[in-house]
Amino acid sequence: MSYDTLTLIWFVLLGVLLCGYVILDGFDLGVGILHPFIAKDDRERRLVMNSIGPLWDGNEVWLVTFGGALFAAFPVAYATVFSSFYTAFFLLLTCLIGRAVSLEFRSKVHAKAWRKLWDAGFFLSSFTAAALLGIAAGNIMAGMELGPKYHYEGSLLSQIYWYPLLVGALTTSMFALHGAIYLYLKTEEELQARLRKAITPLFLVFASLYVVVTLATWWHVPHATENIAANPILWVVPALNALAVLNIPRAMSLGKPLYAFFSSSMVILALATLFSVAIFPNLMLSTLDPAYSITLYNARSSQNTLQIMLLIAGLGMPCVLSYTVIVYWIFRGKVKLDTHSY
Amino acid sequence: MFHYLFPPLSIGLGLQLFLCELAYVRTKNLAWEAAARFWTRVFAVNFALGVATGLVMEFEFGTNWAAYSRFVGDVFGSALAAEGIFAFFLESGFLAVLVFGWDRVGPMMHLFSTLMVFLGSVFSAVWIVVANSWQQTPAGYHIVWHDVQGEMMPRAEVTDFWAMVFNPSSVDRLTHTVIGALVLGAFFVASVSSFYLLKKRHEDVAKRCLSIALPTALLFTFLAALTGHDSAKKLVETQPAKLGAIEAHFHTTDEPTGLYVFGWPDAEEETVHYGLQIPYLLSLMVYSDLTTPVPGLDQIPSSEHPPVWLPFQTFHLMVAMGTLMIAVAILGCWFWYRGTFERQRWLMWIIVLMPLAAMTANQAGWVTAEVGRQPWVVYPSVQDGVEMMGMRTADGLSESVTAEQVLSSIILFGIIYSLLFAVWVFVLNHKIQHGPETVEELEQHHRLHSKESLARAMGHRGTSYSSMMDEETR
Repeated sequence: MSYDTLTLIWFVLLGVLLCGYVILDGFDLGVGILHPFIAKDDRERRLVMNSIGPLWDGNEVWLVTFGGALFAAFPVAYATVFSSFYTAFFLLLTCLIGRAVSLEFRSKVHAKAWRKLWDAGFFLSSFTAAALLGIAAGNIMAGMELGPKYHYEGSLLSQIYWYPLLVGALTTSMFALHGAIYLYLKTEEELQARLRKAITPLFLVFASLYVVVTLATWWHVPHATENIAANPILWVVPALNALAVLNIPRAMSLGKPLYAFFSSSMVILALATLFSVAIFPNLMLSTLDPAYSITLYNARSSQNTLQIMLLIAGLGMPCVLSYTVIVYWIFRGKVKLDTHSY
Repeated sequence: MFHYLFPPLSIGLGLQLFLCELAYVRTKNLAWEAAARFWTRVFAVNFALGVATGLVMEFEFGTNWAAYSRFVGDVFGSALAAEGIFAFFLESGFLAVLVFGWDRVGPMMHLFSTLMVFLGSVFSAVWIVVANSWQQTPAGYHIVWHDVQGEMMPRAEVTDFWAMVFNPSSVDRLTHTVIGALVLGAFFVASVSSFYLLKKRHEDVAKRCLSIALPTALLFTFLAALTGHDSAKKLVETQPAKLGAIEAHFHTTDEPTGLYVFGWPDAEEETVHYGLQIPYLLSLMVYSDLTTPVPGLDQIPSSEHPPVWLPFQTFHLMVAMGTLMIAVAILGCWFWYRGTFERQRWLMWIIVLMPLAAMTANQAGWVTAEVGRQPWVVYPSVQDGVEMMGMRTADGLSESVTAEQVLSSIILFGIIYSLLFAVWVFVLNHKIQHGPETVEELEQHHRLHSKESLARAMGHRGTSYSSMMDEETR
């Protein structure tokens, strides 16, 4: 297998890991965002938390593995991306820690203030994490102040301006919608009825942000459409994306929530694909001088490492997928509370 | 270091949990089930913190050590990615079944999940220790110079993956690390169980757990001493500077070398104050004979000396704790065997405190290994007679990250970690005070549960049941 083919395969595999993360952790981040608004009493809050109880931890592993795989396949990009987003990244990590402990500790002590504290922690960390992921994506999309020898010359402040913030709003609303459909699947009765009512406004917010971000990208990030212009077949991606978006309210009104959940997963998949198509072959574009950009080719590992890693992924991923399916199967059905619940 | 509080306990508890469940599956005794359920809850609290803090470690290489990551990414990254694919997914997937699956899967499937979680945590240790050992004794790579926008920069690239994985120190260090974790788990269970016996609570469950924890503690403390000895012996070839530092062996002499039992090394004056040295012992331990002198720090350029005081003390602390644990494990097993364990209240109180000793030994060992390799983040190595480049710790930092950013992240995480630690202790204490369910409670739980599945099978949605359960959990 040629070195360039291997590189491309790894770019796609990283995309798969990232999509896996965003689709799976997307709904549990969304659940966290909705948590204070949708659940009325302690029992409902516990139901909401336990709907993701057995799953959120495994979902986050996709991010960890994405990090490891990026380190192995494109070490230069790993080093530069994470050191450039230094402060933002530490904030994200704080959020992920906050979520883990909020879920784990909330029900361990039966006191009102204690539970209120962790409820707030769960919401804030989920919300901020969702927004930060979008802000990072927006920055990567638009390009960053990358100087010679992969040294980042910008700062936290230069990462926060209208475009990434807009993308952040898009991801937040997307996760909230995705999470709402998931919760609708997992709940019953009164709580479920309340979710049904919330899905429509959430969808409208998401859909309008989707249109706004598409227009903004066209205007602010001209290079984003270059690849599509060069290969018209890629028009399929945005077309499918739009169809998937429209399919969400259709499936809901047909009374097929699982189909709606599938559609919102496809929206995320299509958006992530669109993102990859837009940045290819760069991993991080320099706004100072295109020559300073980090590309697939100057960031990759040696051919030997890429090959070994492909073997590892080939052995590992089927196992991962099979027991992910087993776990989701074991915990199918409506969420119920028992002695081992949060 | 803070992260390292949790994984060893997860590994160690994982095994104890598995043994409890195995006993349950074989005997069908509900007291074993109560024990397994109880340790699952303790395990889950610990595991959540392990994941949360591990996440930070994973990305820190990129955020804080960008230059290091570019230098070794080709080698180090693959071990980290393998950990993600082979260990984390296995662990977290089956953890869901372990913690939430008690009433959803059968006992055999549950036992299998416990085993998978335990194996996952061991695999995780495998890849992390492999990656770390490669930094200590690199192998299976070569240095390639890349043109980075006009400047040539070196990078380590894998030439032989298996030589990288099985580098000279990885097997020894791995067995020692995992066994250290198993010792901690065994003493943790023994400690909580002894506490229950002392307080006359949950005695049936506590006795059962002790019958597993005491023998495993004995076995693993011995194995820890053996593997530790093997690791230390290798140092003379692979990292003589580290050996020199942990023994404060400043000057090479023609005589055989002695071993300090304790002391206060002074790197400025190159002597050890208040030290007690046993002659010949170091030579005996390293070369298995009484005559060969061990090379000292003076054989190594002073710019490559690690700090001496800290690794010396942590190493000796680890050995002291290990010796103490062996003694306590022997006494514990002896009285258990004689059937008089419950009369030795003094010993039970000591066992209550033993997790501290085990944790100290684990931490001290890690500090010894990491400080002992300074000033190198990647040790220079010799392969086929060619000297390979290493990397100094100071050269591994991120260039684009400012000192203020690092300082503020350290402060931020210092605060978060202290809070987390407090909450961890608080919740763990809460769990332990609450203790396992009684056999009667479990029987009632099983009755209710089968009633509910019956109701579900008949098409009733058991809302009355779930609200009842709700009351019960409170």
